[in-house]
Amino acid sequence: MSAPPRLQEAQPRRVNLPDRAWTVVLTVLGLAVLGVAAIIIAELLRIGGPALRHTGLVAFVTTSIWDVTRDVFGAAPFIYGTLVTSIVALLIALPVSLGLALFLTEMAPASVRSIVSFPIALLAGIPSVVHGLWGLFVLVPILRHLIEPLLANTLGFLPLFQGPQIGLGYLAAGVILAVMILPTITSIAIEVLQTVPGSLREAALALGATRWEAIRTAVLPYARAGIVGASMLGLGRALGETMAVTMVIGNSPTIRASLFAPGYTLPAVIANEFAEASGEMHTSALAALGLLLFAVTVGLNIAARLLVRMSRRGPARVAA
Amino acid sequence: MKRRFINGLMTALCGLALLLALVPLVSLLWLVISHGFKGLSWDFFTQLPAPVGETGGGVANAIAGTLYIVGIACLIGVPLGVGAGVFLAERGDTPVGDAIRFTAEVLSGVPSIVVGIVAYGLVVLPMRRFSALAGGVALAVLMVPTLARSTEELVRLVPGALREASLALGVPQWRTSLRVVLRTALGGIMTAILLGVARAAGETAPLLFTALNNQYWNWRADQPTASLTVQIFNYAVSPYQDWHDKAWSAALVLLLLVGTLSLGGRLLSRSRVR
Repeated sequence: MSAPPRLQEAQPRRVNLPDRAWTVVLTVLGLAVLGVAAIIIAELLRIGGPALRHTGLVAFVTTSIWDVTRDVFGAAPFIYGTLVTSIVALLIALPVSLGLALFLTEMAPASVRSIVSFPIALLAGIPSVVHGLWGLFVLVPILRHLIEPLLANTLGFLPLFQGPQIGLGYLAAGVILAVMILPTITSIAIEVLQTVPGSLREAALALGATRWEAIRTAVLPYARAGIVGASMLGLGRALGETMAVTMVIGNSPTIRASLFAPGYTLPAVIANEFAEASGEMHTSALAALGLLLFAVTVGLNIAARLLVRMSRRGPARVAA
Repeated sequence: MKRRFINGLMTALCGLALLLALVPLVSLLWLVISHGFKGLSWDFFTQLPAPVGETGGGVANAIAGTLYIVGIACLIGVPLGVGAGVFLAERGDTPVGDAIRFTAEVLSGVPSIVVGIVAYGLVVLPMRRFSALAGGVALAVLMVPTLARSTEELVRLVPGALREASLALGVPQWRTSLRVVLRTALGGIMTAILLGVARAAGETAPLLFTALNNQYWNWRADQPTASLTVQIFNYAVSPYQDWHDKAWSAALVLLLLVGTLSLGGRLLSRSRVR
């Protein structure tokens, strides 16, 4: 875009004035994006600050008693619940979405790809609260009567799968999150896989590799950084996902080893308590939870975007 | 033989992944339609919610509230998002542009509930009450990053020759931007806006403590306002069977609304591209 400035110089001055104004308007609107980011950080610090100062950052994230009537704020159960549910979600969603992405880009004919891409986009567009409704009335009963007894009978020696099987809890939240982040990971993985040069694949096939061997030896190593980035973006979504989790997590501010147990997550406690906070300090503590969530998701997002960018550019150094 | 077997096995597993991904989708859609359809009636679209214990009633105020809040969000978010996108496309090949682009990408990953807290601080605290405006601000903040990114891509698709032809005819830059470039990209931008609106209409978390909820009609921007999504949530977590049924019906209405918006958006872009 080097032509317009030269034209600008050739024009008389009075024509330039509206052009300058237009540039100023556009620049202001563009900078507004940075402004929005700054406002988000400033507001979270302003509202969440008092509770953080009151409790101390270390105590806030490491202690586990949440008693709003005495202004005691320990966020550990929420952090634990957020991490456990998101990790469960990623463990379920990553293999499925990677398999799906490979199937659609490497194995299936183009017609299947175009047919399937629509329901995947559809899944991504379903509002979170509807996922929650489905989770509460469909998934939770299935977990309680079918999946959890099955897991307890086969893998019950692990502390992960012990205790009462009530359906609501970490496992339910993890599964519903997996369903929700699946389209995210799949679509980015497809994008990444499509940047793998055909010549790599063809070279492997020409050397006598089967299709799977070509994928394993040529395609996946090339796309590794991008796939890691895709899972990090999925993880970021899972960490911040609110409604569906709030409806199936069981809302119990405790730390339990069992995936069957009810728990609590950062977004869920904000969603449940914010509107009816018992005082300014309580509101502030909830905003501090939001600040924590913001910091973690933004960090993950920055790292993930950089990875996806690098892998789009070609065989990234990190992938080698 | 073993290699062929592994190849077949992995292909089958990847195909299985497709089935696994489709199961929850099909189940969800089927149940929302089958459970939700029973409760749909003229009353459901025109009546206020019935008090606990009474049957009947509808979610008319919640449907209107969702449209109202999303409308406010558009008034704030569309100019900001589209403007930022045009800036990125036309003046964005600078370090500042890169920074804005990256910020927009990262902002689109910020959890919506966090944005709710920000809107609470910006609007609810100073006004000392929950309001449709606060909900609109929250949804607008959620719309801007995605809209900016897609507008940029769409504006960049406009052929340089069009722009140059307009400039060569002596049309000033601002008119070229508005009348030629933006106009050419308009179909695509409308699609992006509709998709953004569809996403915003499905948001619940940022409305819980900004627009709150309301059992009655409200058309004032400074008053608590009902929304379909918050209503579904309240109905779903209630202990009443009748409210559970209403939650499914409201979810069907929400899906129809969101689906129509995004389908409309996609059709629009298809007819424009030709």
